[in-house]
Amino acid sequence: MKAVSVEHIIKTYPDKKQTITALNDISFEVSKGELFGIIGPDGAGKTSLFRILTTLLLPDSGKATVEGFDTEKDYKAIRKISGYMPGRFSLYQDLSVIENLQFFATIFNTSVEENYDLIKDIYSQIEPFKHRRAGKLSGGMKQKLALSCALIHRPTILFLDEPTTGVDAVSRKEFWEMLKRLKEQGITILVSTPYMDEAGMCDRVALMQSGSILTIDTPEKIVTSFKHTLWGVRANQMYRLLNDLKAMPEVSHAYPSGIYHHVILKNGTEKQLLQQYLEGKGHAELELIQSVPTIEDCFMNLMEHTDA
Amino acid sequence: MRTLPFLLRKEFRQIFRDKAIVRMIFIMPLIQLMILPWAADYEIKNIKLSVSDHDHSPYSRQLVSKITSSGYFQLTGYTDSYEQSLEQVEKDEADLILEIPAGFEKTLIKEDESTLFIASNAINGVKGNLGSAYLRSIIQDFNREVRLEWIQMPRFSPQTQIEVTSSNWFNPLMNYKIFMVPGMLVLLLTMVATNLTAINIVKEKEIGTIEQINVTPVKKYHFILSKLIPFWVLGMIAMTLGFLVAYFVYGILPVGSYLTIYGFAAVYLFAVLGLGLLISTYASTQQQAMLISFFIMMVFVLLSGLYTSIDSMPEWAQWITRFNPVRYFIEVMRMVVLKGSGLADIKYHLLIITGFAVVLNSWAIFSYRKRS
Repeated sequence: MKAVSVEHIIKTYPDKKQTITALNDISFEVSKGELFGIIGPDGAGKTSLFRILTTLLLPDSGKATVEGFDTEKDYKAIRKISGYMPGRFSLYQDLSVIENLQFFATIFNTSVEENYDLIKDIYSQIEPFKHRRAGKLSGGMKQKLALSCALIHRPTILFLDEPTTGVDAVSRKEFWEMLKRLKEQGITILVSTPYMDEAGMCDRVALMQSGSILTIDTPEKIVTSFKHTLWGVRANQMYRLLNDLKAMPEVSHAYPSGIYHHVILKNGTEKQLLQQYLEGKGHAELELIQSVPTIEDCFMNLMEHTDA
Repeated sequence: MRTLPFLLRKEFRQIFRDKAIVRMIFIMPLIQLMILPWAADYEIKNIKLSVSDHDHSPYSRQLVSKITSSGYFQLTGYTDSYEQSLEQVEKDEADLILEIPAGFEKTLIKEDESTLFIASNAINGVKGNLGSAYLRSIIQDFNREVRLEWIQMPRFSPQTQIEVTSSNWFNPLMNYKIFMVPGMLVLLLTMVATNLTAINIVKEKEIGTIEQINVTPVKKYHFILSKLIPFWVLGMIAMTLGFLVAYFVYGILPVGSYLTIYGFAAVYLFAVLGLGLLISTYASTQQQAMLISFFIMMVFVLLSGLYTSIDSMPEWAQWITRFNPVRYFIEVMRMVVLKGSGLADIKYHLLIITGFAVVLNSWAIFSYRKRS
């Protein structure tokens, strides 16, 4: 039995005269104990998907099960075994850290002591502030508290909706370390994020865009499936460089990526041609290297193909 | 079964942590109850009177001094012409004009008859109406005195006369405060209970905590009860404080039993809490909840019979008041406090309020969904 199985889920929202399709015929499966990432830009439909899986939202059509329970019929069972951490911090800001934790423990009919071993790792970091009101915590601490609260009833599956959005780089890294340790305890984790660089931390990722899944695979396979040669270009005038790259007929795709512009050339085009073209445009300090593709490049490439 | 007590503990903890809410529940109603009844007075006093006296006779002066000594009128002008007096009305310096014609005294004595002219500013209809009625009765009184002075009354009146003497039951001194304070207490209770419930739940919606609760196995009725019970308790406490003010400030002790009032209030609070709950299921922000409850409260107050008698409203408005829970509690409150009504006298009120409580709460529970 799969931990999560989603079959042909469609969800639309009415918006004035037109309808917005948040999820357009989504299907995927997550195995038990897997750390599964759903990666996509804002508005890709990640939150809608999470809300359906956590039984907060009903899909228009399609079927989803969590640990074998139907999200529509057996929602009560799902609520007992899943932990949900919404994208927005939504604990009681006027209750203290320990009060929030006790509250969520009690409504799941358990106690903090009973499951302390599971959250110890995370909770011990905020324990010095346990009498502070949750609203007065810093962003990273809030997030740790939210994770503790989502874990306190020892769920078998964890839904984390954009847990690292708005968190600094160090805390983000720490957070992923925590998730890896949770995974070792056998908890299935579904995590969504808009950051492509976090994809590598997951066992498998689904790249999502405007309600559809572009691809599902391990991060390594997604990267190796990238068939093109990727060039990194930089010069002293980066903006003009990008415009010139886009104007070149032999360039199939060009976009900024870090300190370089990434360029994919049409089949059979030589590097020399690109170099000559750019030199002809008068770009100084020109640097042209071959880049190793990342998940982001794969995503950009997949996106390009779906648009066309 | 420790979920509900725990949820309740959390609610109380949150309420008492919010100092503004505690102040709103306890201190504001009390201050209002101490100040407003003194201002919300039905009686019309300080009517500004302008007299244009063309006679300048002892009688005309006697009449004017009789009027001013009644305590209801302020003589703001004593002019020589009607035009001057009217100008005062236009400047809002006078509400009423009494014109005494030239030869008022002479014709009154010679011909046993004389005329006076009263003109009233009817912009404020109640004031104009009552003012001229007061004035007329003072003039009639003056008329009788004059007659007594000049005519030897026969031993038996030649014409049949019905003399009316009245006695005021239940409120012998016609003290309006005894009438207003219990009514205001009801209003304050209603406002506190409805607003707080509505805002409290909508706040959970706004912050997103309601979602976090929704994904837990907490039962719907547990959650709703955990919202209703704290405000029910607070409502009862607020009412008790209100009665303390009523006793210590206004000396009001119900003729009937406190038990009857508290019994009714217990059911009534569930009705208005249900209304708050209902508002919260339809509002998605605290502003919306505030505006809805403000609008409903306006209608409730104006159609409650607190200020204006329901019996003198047009038929359709009287119909609307039947759907106003506030109306029933104000009636009950006045019945028990002033008349000493018992449970048997208010049983229909109780029945109707129970109906309100059941309907509002079921409607609210029905429209509250743990998922969309």
